[in-house]
Amino acid sequence: MSGMEKPRNRRLFPHALDVANGRVDMTHGAGGRAMAQLVSEMFAAAFENEYLAQGNDMAVMAPPPGRLVMSTDGYVISPLFFPGGDIGSLAVHGTINDVAMSGAKPLYMSAGFIIEEGFPLADLKRIIEFMAGASRATGVPIVTGDTKVVERGKGDGVFIVTTGVGVLPEGLHISGDNIRPGDAILVSGSIGDHGIAILSKRENLEFETTLESDSAPLHDLVAHMVAAVPEVHCLRDPTRGGVAATLNELANQSDVGMALDEDALPIKPAVRGACELLGIDPLGVANEGKLLAFCPAGRAERLLEVMRSHPLGAESAIIGHVEEGQGRNLVRLRTSFGGDRVVEWLNGEQLPRIC
Amino acid sequence: MKYASEFRDGALARKVCAAIAAECQDGCAYTFMEFCGGHTHTIARYGLEQMLPEAIRLVHGPGCPVCVLPVGRIDSALELARDHGVILCTYGDMVRVPGSHRDSLLKAKAAGADVRMVWSTLDALKIARETPDRQVVFFGIGFETTTPPSAMALKMAKAENLNNFSVFCNHVMTPPAMRAVLDGEGLPLQGIIAPGHVSTVIGTGPYQEFADRGQAIVVSGFEPLDLLQSVHRLVRQVNEAAPRVENAYGRALPDDGNAKARAVIAETMTVREGFEWRGLGRLPDSALRIADAYADFDAERRFALPYRAVPDPKSCECADIVRGLKRPEECKLFGTACTPDAPIGSCMVSGEGACAAHWLYGRHRRTAAAE
Repeated sequence: MSGMEKPRNRRLFPHALDVANGRVDMTHGAGGRAMAQLVSEMFAAAFENEYLAQGNDMAVMAPPPGRLVMSTDGYVISPLFFPGGDIGSLAVHGTINDVAMSGAKPLYMSAGFIIEEGFPLADLKRIIEFMAGASRATGVPIVTGDTKVVERGKGDGVFIVTTGVGVLPEGLHISGDNIRPGDAILVSGSIGDHGIAILSKRENLEFETTLESDSAPLHDLVAHMVAAVPEVHCLRDPTRGGVAATLNELANQSDVGMALDEDALPIKPAVRGACELLGIDPLGVANEGKLLAFCPAGRAERLLEVMRSHPLGAESAIIGHVEEGQGRNLVRLRTSFGGDRVVEWLNGEQLPRIC
Repeated sequence: MKYASEFRDGALARKVCAAIAAECQDGCAYTFMEFCGGHTHTIARYGLEQMLPEAIRLVHGPGCPVCVLPVGRIDSALELARDHGVILCTYGDMVRVPGSHRDSLLKAKAAGADVRMVWSTLDALKIARETPDRQVVFFGIGFETTTPPSAMALKMAKAENLNNFSVFCNHVMTPPAMRAVLDGEGLPLQGIIAPGHVSTVIGTGPYQEFADRGQAIVVSGFEPLDLLQSVHRLVRQVNEAAPRVENAYGRALPDDGNAKARAVIAETMTVREGFEWRGLGRLPDSALRIADAYADFDAERRFALPYRAVPDPKSCECADIVRGLKRPEECKLFGTACTPDAPIGSCMVSGEGACAAHWLYGRHRRTAAAE
């Protein structure tokens, strides 16, 4: 952690933050010296970059040529630390992915923290370090931020809101309303890993699994995809609500129907088993490091090849095709069993069967 | 997946269907009721009705616990959560079931009531231990399958003197509901696909009375091949004119069920004089209440809950659907005013309800048929 070891400004902050045993209190959000110290010694130190070094409430940068893309997302995940990730790296990956789903190259991020009074400084430091690590690994600096503290009981540990800005290469038109009948539907890897990894750690539901969240930044995979196949019609990351919700959303947005092939869906045995046990459908389980891609059928094999040659797309598959919508926009699944069923989006969380 | 994928083999399923078709005799009726909502779900999910020969008619029965619970009971749960300030612990399916005025536990929760979804009665006991200053009520619903966990919770609460815990008992029994269906004005049935999980508790013995009344009975598992095999056996019983009780779920079900589970139920619960079922009306000796020895843990007594019968919403055909008198799509509200997002009738709420299963899995089949 490069910046963390810098000597403290003893004139400004005579007392060290007690990271090991200390907790966030109301003064850390009150705009005074305690807040300045928290920001300086934890956030600015970890995220260190030329924009933060300006020391302003905003970052100033020259706009790149081309169209700008902007996206924002709030992160409220529970638990904060989970197999394969944590809220900090998730807040970086998730927003980078939202920007990247336009085909854009993400450039900058902002981060807002809403922290509950009493939250351990040690946990906050871990989250910030994971976040800084993810930001550095993706080459997308966190250039501005904000910290607020709310009274105990008015939050749940920490909430993070990140906003990302990116720039779109010329010649791309990737959008949720751009899907055409005949398009192939591809997914960049196994479905449902994130949701099941989180469920396995939920209070009252702990079960043993070696599954990890698939949380990952997809911008580099996207860059390879659109460079090789600029005819990509649509990209979207199937997060909350899983593949089922995303496809239904897109079917309505583009006024088309979709047909999936169950045998083609990449689903890990551990996810399949957990879903069977809990009575939920893997298609409705969240992902954080996968994308769905739509492209003309004639370009699907090439796109698949490019995706599979990238580490984050090694298990990519063509899972179905787009049909005329006929005003109904149904997503259908040809089952392994030989039947045919509707893939519905869910109302609320997937609820367990009771008998 | 061991013990699951083998029972979902489509090619084998088509062979079984061909064998069934070959054995169906002209002029013979093969109308069978699958009692259990879990079976209804499998039938809809795998499209079994479309695979079976036309001679076979499957009627969806009342074995969906959420679907048969009357609105008045939901209102009581709402009253507990809202007016008595308890922590109401419930299985997930119940939270969206509409009570009077389209109210639900989910809406009550949003308005400040403390409603918690649990996966097990053990979770509810844990909450009671951890919050000794609050009353914790477990909303017990379901047939014989979910009754033993409620019964065990009562035993454990009593043993631990967990005096802030109680059970709102709505457990119902399968045989009285079957009796009511057969006594009612529904379609004449030739046989019943009996519920596998219920039978793991009660055994196969209680179905003999229905075989004695001329019904072919096969207790079935929940995978598509289980159900097709059960239909096959029912067809044979009809052809042989030899109705009897058969166990086609041998891998999970000993003929005598689970005596220990029955003993715990017998210790903690007792038969209610009468219980209102949605669709079937008030049935004598069809449900359980908490035994007097456990009265201290009975939420109905602790909170002096009155029961007020509430008529079903107008135009809602759930009552006829759970008796097999109507198919879901014959209800005017189906898919228009009543969908899983905004359910009016209980059959649309639970994934095991006939309406939800048809909506979820069957819609495009009707579109395809219309084309």
